[in-house]
Amino acid sequence: MLVLFWVCAAVLVFTAIAVVSSRQPVHSVVGLIVNFAALAVLFLTLSAEFLAMMQIIIYAGAILVLFLFVIALLTIGNQPVDRGEGRLAFQTVPSILSGIAALALMAIGVRSAWAASAAAPPPDFGTVPSFGQELLTTHLFAFEATAVILLVAIIGVVLMAGRKEVRF
Amino acid sequence: MPQVPLTDYLTLAAVLFVIGLVGFLVRRNPITMLMAVELMWNAGNLAFAAFARNFGDMSGQIFVFIVITVAAAEAAIALAIVVMVFRHRAEVDVDDISVMRG
Repeated sequence: MLVLFWVCAAVLVFTAIAVVSSRQPVHSVVGLIVNFAALAVLFLTLSAEFLAMMQIIIYAGAILVLFLFVIALLTIGNQPVDRGEGRLAFQTVPSILSGIAALALMAIGVRSAWAASAAAPPPDFGTVPSFGQELLTTHLFAFEATAVILLVAIIGVVLMAGRKEVRF
Repeated sequence: MPQVPLTDYLTLAAVLFVIGLVGFLVRRNPITMLMAVELMWNAGNLAFAAFARNFGDMSGQIFVFIVITVAAAEAAIALAIVVMVFRHRAEVDVDDISVMRG
């Protein structure tokens, strides 16, 4: 478990840096796929079996395919490569500094005294039956609200991307 | 089997979140920026799952499920906006999209 965690952590950090630093968006997508797979393995070590499956199916299967389709659509004629130095080029150094500051703040919070791990969770923790029971009884309203969010997203995407003529 | 402590999971989540944050602030390509946002979503999900496992409460995992759903909706809408902007400009750069600037 310990070795698995550190291997997955190294893969996660390495691929995350690759995602934000590569010039080609397609390379970023490939890095993101590996990142999501490593995160699914971490979910398994946290006895969240259903979430690990959802991570692979929804994120790597659906969202990243959407990214790939958009990249393929936008790069038919020309390459939307990152220009790098833009009008806001001076923001690189402050961004990195603020990132370091945010990391320091989070480190203070993380290293503060958390309650020790409770007793070992029940054997069916995170399995599909217990997850479904929790989702459809205790958190039924959130589950139903999710349907509304997805409906709004579908309507918004069809309105924006489906029009022939767009006026600003 | 030795158990990984909660703080290690939280530290990893914090590092991933900051990588996504810096990537979002530095990059100018909207698609790459969206992928940095996905990294930040995932860092939050990892923290939720770690807390759920630590306290033996399934609610954290339910929250991860909701977050994944919202992230999917967000990615779909944002990519639709990118496609819509790209129909008018040959080059997509967030510095050029300042019509709604306050």
